[in-house]
Amino acid sequence: MNLLKDLLRDGKFKFGFITLCILLFLVILSFFSPYKPTMWNVTPRDLPPSLKHIFGTNSQGQDIFWQTTFAIRNSLIIASIAALFSRIIAIIIGLVAGYRGGRMDRVLMSINDSFLVLPLFPILILVSTLIKGRLSFVSLGLILGVFGWAWDARVIRSQILSLREREFTFTAILSGSKTLHLVFKEYLPFVIPIIFSTIINNMSWAIGMEITLAILGLTNLEIPTLGTMLHWAISYQAMLLGLWWWLLTPVVISVFLFVSLYLLSVSISEYLDPRTRIQRIGIAKE
Amino acid sequence: MDFLKRYLLPRLIQYLVVIVVGITLVFLIPRLSPVDPVQQLINTIRMQGTYLDPQAAEKLTETLKDLYGLKGSLLQQYLAFWKRLLRGDFGPSLFQFPVPVVSLIKASLPWTAGLLTVSTILSWIIGNILGGLAGFFYQKRWAKFLENFAMVIRPIPYYIFSLILLVVFAYLLKLFPLGGGFSIGMRVPFSWSFVLDILRHAFLPALSMVVLGSAVWLQTMRLIVSNVIREDFVVYAKNGGLKRGTIVFKYVMRNAMLPQVTGLALSMGQIFSGALITEIVFSYPGLGTLLYNAINTGDYNLIMGITALSIIGISTLILLIDLLYPIFDPRVRYK
Repeated sequence: MNLLKDLLRDGKFKFGFITLCILLFLVILSFFSPYKPTMWNVTPRDLPPSLKHIFGTNSQGQDIFWQTTFAIRNSLIIASIAALFSRIIAIIIGLVAGYRGGRMDRVLMSINDSFLVLPLFPILILVSTLIKGRLSFVSLGLILGVFGWAWDARVIRSQILSLREREFTFTAILSGSKTLHLVFKEYLPFVIPIIFSTIINNMSWAIGMEITLAILGLTNLEIPTLGTMLHWAISYQAMLLGLWWWLLTPVVISVFLFVSLYLLSVSISEYLDPRTRIQRIGIAKE
Repeated sequence: MDFLKRYLLPRLIQYLVVIVVGITLVFLIPRLSPVDPVQQLINTIRMQGTYLDPQAAEKLTETLKDLYGLKGSLLQQYLAFWKRLLRGDFGPSLFQFPVPVVSLIKASLPWTAGLLTVSTILSWIIGNILGGLAGFFYQKRWAKFLENFAMVIRPIPYYIFSLILLVVFAYLLKLFPLGGGFSIGMRVPFSWSFVLDILRHAFLPALSMVVLGSAVWLQTMRLIVSNVIREDFVVYAKNGGLKRGTIVFKYVMRNAMLPQVTGLALSMGQIFSGALITEIVFSYPGLGTLLYNAINTGDYNLIMGITALSIIGISTLILLIDLLYPIFDPRVRYK
């Protein structure tokens, strides 16, 4: 609780946190939706925003407000799956490369660097064209996870490299603790804060990729996500028909989502970095 | 000689590793996926209403398997795949049969290359200069404004940002064309109006890439500069009464630029992906739009060709940036 209070002192964190809370509230609302998200023609079509339909309705006869609540929920679920899965890969690769060092480290890191610099977008398109249609959002999350680990594995590795030289490592080894025990019990706690701050960035990357792939029509278009909402709005030419509320809602929501996630991650990593934390406390005291 | 061994060789090896990893991915993905591309293609042909009797279907399967290099053991396939790749042979495009994939790519490559180089260089320069200034004069109001602006712009994905620009400047204000690389019927021999037309069409895609790109460079530069200005030589220069401008551009930025060159090499892949996405939004006639059409028609060969070529192209670009690094950093040259 104290941690939250400390973090909330930062304007960036406050903005991000409040925005995210509002979005999460919308997610909770989705469980009480009067309409089924996959059903068409449950409301009159093309209504502008009004009291009854706050964000209007679209050409498929769906209420955009309730559709949005489902979209945020599903986008966040995909992003969480991707982030968790890539975290597992990143932690394993980072720990192994950092701890074993030597040749193992060099091999793992050159593969890692390749993932880092490769243009992932065409490769992702290649993957998703092949399994188009069968792409449930769990598998989409997993695929995004496979491609999103490289940077964080590098960060974790460098952390482990410095931990390996600390005294407590030698103490642990000399007192006979096993490698696995050392790595997971002694090192992991040091690495966890970084994992948390990278997880947010990774989620926002995954949401962005999902949106892009969905607009290209490469995901399952029946599940409402921020991407599929945009896909339908664009393919129905919502802008040319003057149905601005249809296009504007997902755009505004996703901009708020991305900005708030980013501000949270910036603020948290500033907090975790002792140098900037001191600056921040200084500012608070002035 | 020492320079070669210490600097050049590791980079060349990494270059080859990136290409091998990337191409291997491209090779493995279709083989690991549950869908058989040959069967999928035959289904598409059937769905279009063409009747295939079993014998013809059998024959088609054989030809396609040959074309995709799906014959023999996995290792044989892999070697054959490399052989075809090194000859620059990606087979014919399936939906603009029998135009070879390579010539389709050749036609759209200049557009992407132009957009990518201009916007990358512009955003790198703008972002670094603004970031350097914002980092040095961090207490000024405009510096804080720049910083906050970059912070809000940066997390927005390419697609959304381009879409916003497109809606605002092309639909609502009607200042720029809705898409394409040049007006239809403008293919007259070289003239000023043609060049202007091309620039007008390239403006919005380039703008969206430059704004998003500079936001990233601005932020990282500001961060690096805020560390550099605490170094002794900067304090000394300030106390010695050097002009502010000299300190910023000659002392601070030159030092802070080095990690940014490495950063450019590292993020080239992402920038390229962003260029493809931006092109799709503005239907700019480059590789991105070609890729989009390939997706819509299910032209598997073309997607594969674009992916393989962009892997090779981007890693070559990264190698070039890495090789330019010694120009910026004399320490690498002389040690």
